[in-house]
Amino acid sequence: MKYVDEFRDPAKAQTLINGIQALVAQIDICRSRPLQIMEVCGGHTHTIFRYGIQTMLPEQIELIHGPGCPVCVLPMGRVDDCVAIAEAPGVIFTTFGDAMRVPGSRKSLMQAKAEGADVRMVYSPLDALSLARANPGRQVVFFGLGFETTMPSTALTVLQAEREGIRNFSLFCNHITIVPTIKAILDSPELTLDGFLGPGHVSMVIGTRPYEFIARHYHRPLVVTGFEPLDILQSIWMVLRQIKDGRCEIENQYTRVVPERGNAAGLEAVARVFELREFFEWRGLGSIDHSGVRIREAYSHYDAERKFDVPALRIADPKSCQCGEVLKGVIKPWQCKVFGSACKPETPLGALMVSSEGACAAYYQYGDLADRTRVTTNPG
Amino acid sequence: MSQSDTIDETRRPRRLGTVSVETVTLAHGGGGKAMRDLIDDVFVSVFDNPRLAPLEDQARVDFNDLLLHGDRLAFTTDSYVIDPLEFPGGDIGKLAVCGTTNDLAVGGAKPLYLSCGVIIEEGLSIETLRRVARSMAMTAVEAGVQIVTGDTKVVPRGACDKLFVTTSGIGVIREGLEVGAHCARPGDAILINGFIGDHGAAVVDARGDLSLSTPITSDCAALNGLIEVLIAAVPSVRFMRDATRGGIASVLNEIAEASGVGIEVYEKEIPIRAEVRGFCEILGLDPLYLANEGKIVCVVPADVQTTALAALRSHPLGRQSALVGVVQNGPKGRVIMQTTFGGRRIVDMLIGQQLPRIC
Repeated sequence: MKYVDEFRDPAKAQTLINGIQALVAQIDICRSRPLQIMEVCGGHTHTIFRYGIQTMLPEQIELIHGPGCPVCVLPMGRVDDCVAIAEAPGVIFTTFGDAMRVPGSRKSLMQAKAEGADVRMVYSPLDALSLARANPGRQVVFFGLGFETTMPSTALTVLQAEREGIRNFSLFCNHITIVPTIKAILDSPELTLDGFLGPGHVSMVIGTRPYEFIARHYHRPLVVTGFEPLDILQSIWMVLRQIKDGRCEIENQYTRVVPERGNAAGLEAVARVFELREFFEWRGLGSIDHSGVRIREAYSHYDAERKFDVPALRIADPKSCQCGEVLKGVIKPWQCKVFGSACKPETPLGALMVSSEGACAAYYQYGDLADRTRVTTNPG
Repeated sequence: MSQSDTIDETRRPRRLGTVSVETVTLAHGGGGKAMRDLIDDVFVSVFDNPRLAPLEDQARVDFNDLLLHGDRLAFTTDSYVIDPLEFPGGDIGKLAVCGTTNDLAVGGAKPLYLSCGVIIEEGLSIETLRRVARSMAMTAVEAGVQIVTGDTKVVPRGACDKLFVTTSGIGVIREGLEVGAHCARPGDAILINGFIGDHGAAVVDARGDLSLSTPITSDCAALNGLIEVLIAAVPSVRFMRDATRGGIASVLNEIAEASGVGIEVYEKEIPIRAEVRGFCEILGLDPLYLANEGKIVCVVPADVQTTALAALRSHPLGRQSALVGVVQNGPKGRVIMQTTFGGRRIVDMLIGQQLPRIC
């Protein structure tokens, strides 16, 4: 298949693996401990597992699966708010598919749907706006979710609704921002990460410059990475090359999509519609300053949080959950006390088991052969 | 002399009732003339076979007729609910006949007789029902099975979604044949009879949410003919299963678990159409978990794998058959895939349903 197979060529993969092995042999740290590279984005985690990339890498490289799955990090209290809105009379609640399963403190959207709420899966916020047009007597709410990747499309939908004067549409805004999140991880005292693969789709919107502080202040290399398996291998190779050369820079592997300055039109729409919240609550990571956005006053009539009566309660993560430690790379998913027992994809306790992009769900579903073998030979 | 001949001789042909309205109403489920007319007009007229014609509460089958085909009875049932009722490559009627026929055939049985129970939501157009019934009749003829008994219920609007169909089937298993998920042995070959995921992709596409212009057609087909060819060529076949809901990933996991073996599959050998691959790329779905309605996964001993593959490919429903994997000693209960890219990963059972990913 054109534009797909080129990025999955096994011969090119082998060339990159050879290059990675050669670099590993030249990096001193690798002799004492594995190098830890975090892919921040859930899309990368998905690719890594789907193509078995960890099994191709030398064992001196350990991939740490970061917090970049917006579905996973949604706290229970916000899901409860979703359910409350979806169950309000006359509401059509629209959402991306994988958010249906996220558990709230009482139920998920999928359970609410089974009990009679009108919850519909859409592929774009514009689908939700079409539903609003077609159902003028109903309130249509879109569950806005995601990092900067999905923010422009939500913002443009709000602007479109405003232009058309559609008043039965609103947005339950849970958009989050990438930079404060990476910063929170970098500020963690247990941090052992050696480098980052940056989320390519976020950079398609924000560009590469917002990451400069990672190289400057935290002295870690970051390579903005695409989502095909060759993208991932090439980016790992680029991170290793920086480590070998003693460099810490923000490099762009995903040049076919990511411009240095991002997408000006998208950023402008985002700035018009959204403003930073003082803080936002994350499942697994707790509250992070300025890590979420809300709808500006000028568009408050599209804000579902104001339009509907939501409980807005803060629900603590289950105590047994060790998502935070997994997210920071302190422990591996299978080292968590409840992995695969109390916490499984069908009954997730923690953030990372929720979506197929979450690190724990990916381990559970696709397995990591290398690590599972290590578990068998060295329990504990 | 078989039962059917007796029936023909002793009963005068009854004049079939007809329906003149355009939609099904609760009256058609009332047990009176309206119901009888609906059954006559829509079903009996097209199913047309001597075992059904008397409309007794049961079809009667002579043991001697069954014994001609083997020594054990196979009996199965399946319910069919699908939205939309009609999709490229099939409809709920074709699905109901093929599905139950296949469930019998994969057990090594010759499928013979089917029942047809329908639950109709009031308001369904009679024309739609007619099309579904005609499709069932045509599919049954092609598959060489007879629909010999049935039931019709009409429920109020909202109590079901347009039309639900249940078909049960009986078939006869030929002597000496023993197939099952527990029969796989290390070294065995795993075959599949063609492109995976067509049905799942066709149905999602037909729902129209995505407005794709891709013409993906369901693979819905009765596989008893193909299976007969395979069994004739390779009587030592160990296992066959139609890979419906849950896709080939679920079938492979069932084999690994039931036989206490490991399974290694090669991604690059798995036949998949470019348009289905593209469809999965866009939605973030994994084709290994997409439903099929005309695909079987077969396990055969290694020494006959070439014969088996040639037999499958000799049939029109098996032209793209491929050897996609091998059974191994371990890890027990695990399915491992060698990816085209060069890595290895575990292919687990699907949990719940596949949902499109956010980005």
